[in-house]
Amino acid sequence: MKQQQTPTSEARAAGLTLRGIVKHFGPTRVLDGVDLDIRPGEFLTLVGPSGCGKSTLLRIIAGLEAQSAGSVTIGGRSVDALPPSERDVAMVFQSYALYPHMSVAANIASPLELRRLSLFERLPLLRWLSPRRPRVMREIMTEVRAMAGQLQLEGLLDRRPAQLSGGQRQRVALGRAMVRRPAAFLMDEPLSNLDAKLRVHMRTELAELHARLGATFVYVTHDQIEAMTMSDRVALMDKGRILQLGTPSELYDTPADVTVARFIGSPPINLLEVEASAGGVIRMAGLALRAPGPGRYTIGIRPEALHLGRAAPGLLAARLRRAENLGAEWLLHAETEEGAPLAIRMTAAEHAAADALIGQVLHLSASRAGVHLFGPDGRRVAVEAAVEAPA
Amino acid sequence: MTAPRQRAEARAGAAFALPAFALILALLLAPLAALLALSVTDYRLGAMAVRLVGLDNYAALFADEVFQRSLRNTFLYVAFVLPGAVFGGLGVALLVHARRRSRAFYEVAYFLPVTATLVAMATVWQFMLHPSLGPVSALLRALGFGDVDLLNDPSLALGTLALIGLWQVIGFNMVLFLAGLSAIPRDLYEAAALDGARSGPDRFLRVTWPMLGPTTMFVTITSTITAFKVFDTVVVLTRGGPLGSTETLLYVLYLEGFQYFRTGYAAAMTVVLLAFLVLLSILQARVIDRKVHYA
Repeated sequence: MKQQQTPTSEARAAGLTLRGIVKHFGPTRVLDGVDLDIRPGEFLTLVGPSGCGKSTLLRIIAGLEAQSAGSVTIGGRSVDALPPSERDVAMVFQSYALYPHMSVAANIASPLELRRLSLFERLPLLRWLSPRRPRVMREIMTEVRAMAGQLQLEGLLDRRPAQLSGGQRQRVALGRAMVRRPAAFLMDEPLSNLDAKLRVHMRTELAELHARLGATFVYVTHDQIEAMTMSDRVALMDKGRILQLGTPSELYDTPADVTVARFIGSPPINLLEVEASAGGVIRMAGLALRAPGPGRYTIGIRPEALHLGRAAPGLLAARLRRAENLGAEWLLHAETEEGAPLAIRMTAAEHAAADALIGQVLHLSASRAGVHLFGPDGRRVAVEAAVEAPA
Repeated sequence: MTAPRQRAEARAGAAFALPAFALILALLLAPLAALLALSVTDYRLGAMAVRLVGLDNYAALFADEVFQRSLRNTFLYVAFVLPGAVFGGLGVALLVHARRRSRAFYEVAYFLPVTATLVAMATVWQFMLHPSLGPVSALLRALGFGDVDLLNDPSLALGTLALIGLWQVIGFNMVLFLAGLSAIPRDLYEAAALDGARSGPDRFLRVTWPMLGPTTMFVTITSTITAFKVFDTVVVLTRGGPLGSTETLLYVLYLEGFQYFRTGYAAAMTVVLLAFLVLLSILQARVIDRKVHYA
C-alpha cells in the first residue's frame, strides 16, 4: 500500500480508541484492561511512575508491541492487524532513534523514501536503473527542505546526527515524524534526554507545534510538570490501569485517587492519616469535614492550602525544620507532632508577615479547596458538608 | 612552573614510559629489524660466515617461479575465502541471532572448528575427502560426478583447501557479527518499522548492514590476514601439491627457511609477506573507515 500524501498543510487528525487493552509479559500483567478515547487533534499525555505501563501502551498503539487482548482503533479504522507502517502514526523516541549513518536530510527523507520508492528503487547500485527515482527523490528533497525550514534545520541538512546537539537531534526526530503528515504523533519521553533548560524551552515548542499542526498527540512522560503544562487531557496510569483521565486542572483540583494526588503537584501534596469520629466527622487544621462514616482516612492538603495562624484549638501544629526561598515564594518544611512531614507554600509577602523561625511551632489552618479525603482503598471520598470548626 | 621542575617532570615521565618502550623495542621492533637485516644477507642457518648481498634476495624472489606461483596461489586462496568468510559469517550470525532457545547450541556448534586445531581436524578432512573411503567422495560419486579426488586434482586442491579454511573461519566471524548485531539499538528497527520498512531486506539495508559497518571492516581485515597466512592445511593435507597447485606464500617460506635453511632468502620473503599484509590492511581501513564510523 502506498500512501501518497499531498504536501499541503491541512490538518490531519485522527481520534484513537483503545478498548480493554491487556498486556502480559510472561506472568507479569503490564496492562490491565485499559479503555481510552483520544479525541482528534487532542494533546493527550500518559503520565505515571516508571513501570506503570504507559510506554507499553504507546508501543501497542504504534504496533511495535502486540496486545494480549483488546483492540486499537485509529481514525475509525481497526489497526490490530496492521504493521506499524500502515497505522498512519509517527513516533518520536526517547533516544530519537536517528539513523547514525545518514545525514539529517536522509533521516528526514527516510519515511518518504520507504513509502514512495519500491525496494528495487532503493537497492544499492540497482536503484540507479529506475527511471522514476530521480523525479521522486527531487520531490522528496523539496519536502525535506521545507520541513527543515519549519524546524530551523536548514544549515544542518548534510550533517550526521553525531555532529548535532541534543536539541537539534530532537528537531530532526520531529522532522522525520512530521514529514509524512501522520494522523497522530506518538511521543515516548522525547524530552528526557535534554538538559533542564532546553527541556523547558522544548515544552513550549512542542505545545506550539501541536497548535500549529492540529494533529493528535499522544505523549508519554513520567514528569508531571510536562503533563500539566502541555496537555489538553492527562491520563494518569499506575500498575497497568488508568487511575484518572481529565484536564490538568481536574487532576490537580479533584484527584480521584490518593496516587493521583501524590503524583500531581510539586512539592507533593501533604498526606496525613486521620480518624473519623463515630459521626464521621474529621477535624483537621481548623476544618471539620463530614466523611461517609467512621474509620481511618487519608487526608491530603496541598502545600499552598496551608496558612500560618495564631495558636488556637483545632489548628494543626507543626515544628518548622527548614525554609526555602524560591524568590517569589517560600517553601517551609515542617514536621507534625506525630512526625509526619509537611510542606507549606506561601508568597514572599506572606512569609515576611509571618516571621516564622526555624525550630518554632507553627499553627496551621487549611483552606477547604486544597483539601482532599481518601478512603482506605485510596479512592477519593466525597465530603458531604463542611461545618466550620468551633473557634 | 619553573624550568628545573619541568625537566624533573619530563625525566619522571620518561622513566615511567621506559619499561613499556623497552618491551616494545625488544619484542616488536628488534625482531623486525633483525628480519630486515637478515633479508639483505646470504645467511644460512648454522653457517659460520655471513655476506651482505644487498637486494639480491629480493631480486631472486621476483625471478623465482615457485615464489610467483605461491603468490598467485595465495591471492587466489584469499579471493576465494574472503567473500565467503565475511558473508558466510554474517549470514550465519543473522540466522543464529534470530534464535532464542537454540542460540547457545548454534553458537557453540559453529565455534567448534575455531577451537579445534586445524592440524588435528585435518586428519578428519583427509579421511572425509579420501578418494575411495571418504564420505564426501562417495557423495560426489553418488551425485554422478564420477571419481573425484579433491586433494589430488591440481584444479581442485586449492579450492578444497579454501573450503576447509572457510569452514574454520566462519564460526569466528559469526561470533564477531553476533556481537555487532547485539549492539544495534532496538529503537532503530522500531523507527524503521514506523518509517515504512516492512520486509527483512528493508530492515537489513536501512539498519543492520550500515550499523554493522565497523564489525564488517574488522572481520574483513582479520579474515584477509588469516587467509594470507594459510599454512597448516597445506602442510598436513597437500604439501603444496599436486604440481605445486597449493603452494602458498607461507608454505614456501617455511620450506626455504626450515627445510632448505636459506634463512636470508626466507627473511626477504617474510618482508614481502608483511608488506602485503600491512598494505592491504591500510588500504581496507582507509577505504572502509570513512564509510563505517558515524560518531
